Amino acid sequence: MKVLKLIIKNSGRHKLRSMLTILGISIAVISFCILRTVVTAWYVGLDAAAANRLITRQAVSFIFPLPYSYKEKIKSIDGVESVSFANWFQGVYKDKDNFFARLAIDAETVFDVYPEFKLTDAEKEAFLKDRSACIVGAATAKQYGFKVGDVVPIEGDIYPGRWEFVIRGIYQPRDKSTDASQMFIHWANLNERMTKEFPQRANDVGWYIVKIKDPSRAAEISQKIDNLFANSSAETKTETERAFTQGFISASSAIITAMNFLSFMIIGIIMLVLGNTMIMSARERTREYAVLRTLGFTSYHIAGLIFGESMIISALGGLTGLVLSIPMIKGIEENMPKGFFPVFTLEPITIVLALSSALMIGVFASIFPTSRAIRTKIVDGFRFVG
Amino acid sequence: MEKIIISIENVSKEYKRDSLSISVLNNITFDVQEGDFLALMGPSGSGKTTLLNLIAGIDQPTVGKIIINGNDIAKLSATSLAKWRSENVGFIFQFYNLIPVLTAFENVELPLLLTKLSKSERKKRVELALSIVGLGDRMDHYPKQLSGGQEQRVAIARAVVTDPAIIVADEPTGDLDKNSAAEVLTLLDRLNKEMKKTIIMVTHDPSAASKAHIIKHLEKGDLV
Ligand SMILES: Nc1ncnc2c1ncn2[C@@H]1O[C@H](COP(=O)(O)OP(=O)(O)OP(=O)(O)O)[C@@H](O)[C@H]1O
Ligand SMILES: [Mg+2]
Repeated sequence: MKVLKLIIKNSGRHKLRSMLTILGISIAVISFCILRTVVTAWYVGLDAAAANRLITRQAVSFIFPLPYSYKEKIKSIDGVESVSFANWFQGVYKDKDNFFARLAIDAETVFDVYPEFKLTDAEKEAFLKDRSACIVGAATAKQYGFKVGDVVPIEGDIYPGRWEFVIRGIYQPRDKSTDASQMFIHWANLNERMTKEFPQRANDVGWYIVKIKDPSRAAEISQKIDNLFANSSAETKTETERAFTQGFISASSAIITAMNFLSFMIIGIIMLVLGNTMIMSARERTREYAVLRTLGFTSYHIAGLIFGESMIISALGGLTGLVLSIPMIKGIEENMPKGFFPVFTLEPITIVLALSSALMIGVFASIFPTSRAIRTKIVDGFRFVG
Repeated sequence: MEKIIISIENVSKEYKRDSLSISVLNNITFDVQEGDFLALMGPSGSGKTTLLNLIAGIDQPTVGKIIINGNDIAKLSATSLAKWRSENVGFIFQFYNLIPVLTAFENVELPLLLTKLSKSERKKRVELALSIVGLGDRMDHYPKQLSGGQEQRVAIARAVVTDPAIIVADEPTGDLDKNSAAEVLTLLDRLNKEMKKTIIMVTHDPSAASKAHIIKHLEKGDLV
């Protein structure tokens, strides 16, 4: 459009006013991005396994095992989706300082309850087929230079003896909060050797991991599990993985709802601010619009001038805000207790929302001044005294 | 052989303000010959600007016909009227009405943006128009860097750049000192004589009016 030059020059006419408006829009967009990031992080966290995973352990202490027979009993409880279990295996790899968590797990169910450990189907299958196999996390693999096919020798401590495991897969963390340093071996492998060498330790399970269908029923299901084993020789204590109580979830969700609402309120407020700026600018230029229309420019041209200016200001504000949000959100994440939110990054959907809000601000802000400029007759425009 | 370019037939104009209607022009009829230089005089509030606006097609009469080159512009829609203005009329105002954020060149170029002319053709035309008004060396200056007389000369360049048949001027010297006023009048005279433009000029100044061939007086909306 040939009037583009005029649009750009108009935007720079009241430099301070335009700058302040752009600054206002950027602050609104930054607030929007931060609030939205908290809101999305919350929902991602809620979706994450943590909220729908219960840990069932021996009531007296973690170090006492539970019987393997509990698995089917827990599974029969209403609302339970799947049950897995693990033992702390540990041992020493070459040197005591080479510390990374080593767990014996139920190969059949572990990846159902821990979807955050990502393996290819081929790796899963290879692991399942081979009882002497192990899986290591990507971080550990990188640190020790492990490759698929390598043999990892472990000197047992909790489970004495020399052990050797073939790496059949390297799991990738789903997101930044996933622990990518663990090593998993077959519980079946461990149990087989225990049955032979220490029969009194056969069928011992360290703890159960219970995946439930509905996180809001966590408290109720935990209670049911513990009731099931009350007065037995191994009573249990069940809680959500992050010890989220029902109450905590609902209290937080009210805050989240408020933040959600607030993020859109801010956009609404800044719409009015830019709208006001555009009304002022258009009012001051009433006479110029009359001149342009006298020269033969139509209402559409005038609408384009106002709309274009509004869009330039809102787009500049939106982009500035977005660019500034990135380091700010990073800063917030770094200062937050680790793992409070599984993911705390500026999601693409937030970027899309922020940019489209900025555009909407621009459109909205130009509606009123445009309609006023178009409705004003040329002769009245010339007689207008600002 | 003289030819009638503008024919005003029984034109009246009323402005409605609330329930009150003010009659500004009463049954005006007159013709303007092609190539004429007409001055409209009269006391403040007599309706000079209103009549000029009607002829220029930026306002429409309540009753009557305004026939320009055989075309009744009182019947045109707003859009066709805008196009008609851009092709047929050049405007000069008392307060120059240049766009402050545009340079002299860009101000003069404005009406050409509505034409199909290429950038280089536009440039040629703008340069020619500015050299006619003697501001060939001020093309990149902004209005605030020019004197009142220079601003008005830029406005004249803007009015002639599309080569319209009619030029309307509403008190073009009203805000200028004697020398600048004389320059502007000389220019208008040249446009009339050399470029055969039909000029209608509203003025309070008798010496300005003396440049015109015909002087018409308005009194409370009536031609006298
Ligand atoms: N758009 C309008 N709405 C209402 N009244 C108007 C409008 N335009 C002009 N008038 C009225 O019409 C009358 C004539 O106005 P006009 O501007 O034509 O006078 P003028 O002869 O040009 O005066 P001046 O020498 O002061 O410029 C005035 O009384 C004015 O108040
Ligand atoms: Mg007047």
